[in-house]
Amino acid sequence: MKDKIAEKLLLFIAFSAIFSLLLITFFIFQQGIPLIFKIGLGNFFSTHWAPTRGHFGILSMIIGSLMVTTGALVVGIPFGLACAIFLAEFSSPVVQKTLKPIIELLAGIPSVVYGFIGIVILVPFIREHFGGPGFSVLAASIILGVMILPTIVSISYDALMAVPNTYREGSYAVGATKWQTVRMLLMPAARSGIVAGIILGMGRAIGETMAVIMIAGNALKIPHSILDSVRTLTSTLALELGYATGDHRAALFACGSFLFLIIILLNIIAIKITGRK
Amino acid sequence: MTFRIGPRTNQIIAYSILLLMTLITVVVLFFIIGYVFKNGVGQLSLEFLTDKTRNMGKEGGIFPSILGTFFVTIFAIVIATPLGIGSAVYLVEYTRGGLIHRIISFGADCLAGVPSIIYGLFGFIFFVITLNLGWSIISGGLTLAVMIIPTIIRTTEEAIKAVPHSYREISYSLGGGKLDTILKVVLPTSLPGILTGVILGIGRAVGETAAVIFTAGSSLGIPTSAFSSTRTLAVHFYILAREGISMPKAYGTATVLIIIILLVNFIAYRLMHRFMERYY
Amino acid sequence: MIKVAIKNLSLFYDTIQALKNISLNVEKNEILGVVGPANSGKSSFLRALNRLYEIDYARISGTIVLDDTDIFTIPINDLRRRVGLIFATPVVLPGSIHKNMSYGPKLHRKLKESELDEIIFNALSAANLWEEVKDRLKDSAATLSGGQQQRLCIARTLAMGPEVIMMDEPCSGLDPISTAKIEATMLELKEKYTFILVTNNTKQAARVANRTAFFLSGELIEIDKTEKIFTNPADSRTDGYIRGKFG
Repeated sequence: MKDKIAEKLLLFIAFSAIFSLLLITFFIFQQGIPLIFKIGLGNFFSTHWAPTRGHFGILSMIIGSLMVTTGALVVGIPFGLACAIFLAEFSSPVVQKTLKPIIELLAGIPSVVYGFIGIVILVPFIREHFGGPGFSVLAASIILGVMILPTIVSISYDALMAVPNTYREGSYAVGATKWQTVRMLLMPAARSGIVAGIILGMGRAIGETMAVIMIAGNALKIPHSILDSVRTLTSTLALELGYATGDHRAALFACGSFLFLIIILLNIIAIKITGRK
Repeated sequence: MTFRIGPRTNQIIAYSILLLMTLITVVVLFFIIGYVFKNGVGQLSLEFLTDKTRNMGKEGGIFPSILGTFFVTIFAIVIATPLGIGSAVYLVEYTRGGLIHRIISFGADCLAGVPSIIYGLFGFIFFVITLNLGWSIISGGLTLAVMIIPTIIRTTEEAIKAVPHSYREISYSLGGGKLDTILKVVLPTSLPGILTGVILGIGRAVGETAAVIFTAGSSLGIPTSAFSSTRTLAVHFYILAREGISMPKAYGTATVLIIIILLVNFIAYRLMHRFMERYY
Repeated sequence: MIKVAIKNLSLFYDTIQALKNISLNVEKNEILGVVGPANSGKSSFLRALNRLYEIDYARISGTIVLDDTDIFTIPINDLRRRVGLIFATPVVLPGSIHKNMSYGPKLHRKLKESELDEIIFNALSAANLWEEVKDRLKDSAATLSGGQQQRLCIARTLAMGPEVIMMDEPCSGLDPISTAKIEATMLELKEKYTFILVTNNTKQAARVANRTAFFLSGELIEIDKTEKIFTNPADSRTDGYIRGKFG
């Protein structure tokens, strides 16, 4: 009897995650989608954002988000993969045990701290050595690249560790070096896990807000070089939500709906790739 | 003349590059922490930790933000922990693959990937506006709770899965029901792993900015009830740094924030380590 | 007197049939040996009798009657208390010896401290373990040796007050001295309990069992007095197994 009640109660609780997800979807869409219908897709995907005067174009922010995300991947993928390979294949257990939590600690540092380091070190450095305002695509890319490292490292590491040892033994047995084994055997075998890690890292980069606001400059125009200031979808949300009302607020939620869709899509791709049951 | 690098040389080059890149990553981490500490430790004093914030943060301490962070986090954890553990228990003990399992897993995975600004938007429109809870500890706590549920689910799920199946068989064969088995054998055995998830959830809640700034607000008063608006440490630090109010105070606040995060991660790591040693 | 009557028992894991139409009776206060090679269905047989197969999502057909009552009409916790099961590898629950011993009794009814102490004393004494652990009941059960742990598992089962005790290769991981102690315990206890002993050690069945059943590929090949099975079995496959031609 009490077992039956417990099971029902737990089933109810277990739906909390999916229920929250539906609730989030509903409220964000309900606030944002009507506006898109009202103004039309043409207006919504234009480059003219002046929400208090009826212009709700988010194209320049989409491009901004794309640029910093690409930049983050350019920084994050090589370092992330290098760390994962080094940890999984070239480290003794002792090194693994020390390095892995250290890299995971990177994920625990609050994003505002990354943004702050960007403001006090990276931005002035870029301004002095490369020119421009310093607050730029480049600064945001580097900081975001570091921020997505832990995601890429831990998922790629798990994928590499999941490759059966017999593969390695087989490869060494025919005289391959460690690096040849990694490059020709382990990387292809772990490919799907590595790709999933990169996609989840990409999701983090697109969704990151506070660090980007602090260092990207937030100018409302399409950047022409990586030293230009840039504004992302997320920065617009955070910068304007505090005071927006009426259609302006609805526009922010429309923008949020678009962001949410992209993130969910990336998540679904990553889940499909890793094929978890 | 063709020049070809042999596999041995190749191996050495590859190893050196990998080592170098790993070292850079580690150095970057230590640099970030070290840099903040170097500039911030000098700011720390009993007064800084226990004094009211004055003049928008230019003067005084961070006591209201410490309280705010504490209350918002406690609120989030108290709500998220039972939901997260309950979900994980159901996933592992009551489903065997199947559609329900896939739906619940999918929900948790997707929720884990949702960026914090979306939680901010949601919390703002749902808790603050629709439920009319206003900018308050309760709105911030509820928003963070939704955000950390997936962290707790995933860690608890792994911990419960690691409990040997034989323990369950023993409990059942001694006449234990399913609930007895879960409450008296499975959960106590996986407790360190579950705590790790809860502590990691605390870490996420403490460091979060985007999701709380639009739900808990940024009021600097000492909170008097669950409906008080409050400014968490991370939000306070963000405002100090971004608006350039006071760099020394910003460093001081960041140092406190990082110390909390380091502590949280250290405890979580130790617990997980002990748990793994016992069962893997 | 018949303690457990089993008729046309079949058991399926998904599409695999682990038991095929088994019918046999277990007599009160006997030690019934069950022998057979790996995957012959011996363990599944035990797991059917206390309905432990349910946690593996297996399905069952046929009837099992305990003291004239269909086991499917007995509340499951009660059934598992009455029909105890001891596993091949001794698995102690995390925690002290005392905690292991009190787990079962506390599940079934509220007990005073003194009642619990008495139950624990009786069960540990019956399992020939009391003298060895009486001063260290608060120690972690994991500090016991393998043989002691298996006797703790037996005591833990005895503490619930079972009627039938099923053992699934209880000595497979133990040294000869520990094995002898457990066999001696069984012989002492069969006055009070009914034993079903699954073993892949035919000599053990020969030493302690009153009757022996031979299982092969999920079928009951034959069941008879132990001397008969070991000296003059009716079926040539039993003979082949006993003589070590396969298995």
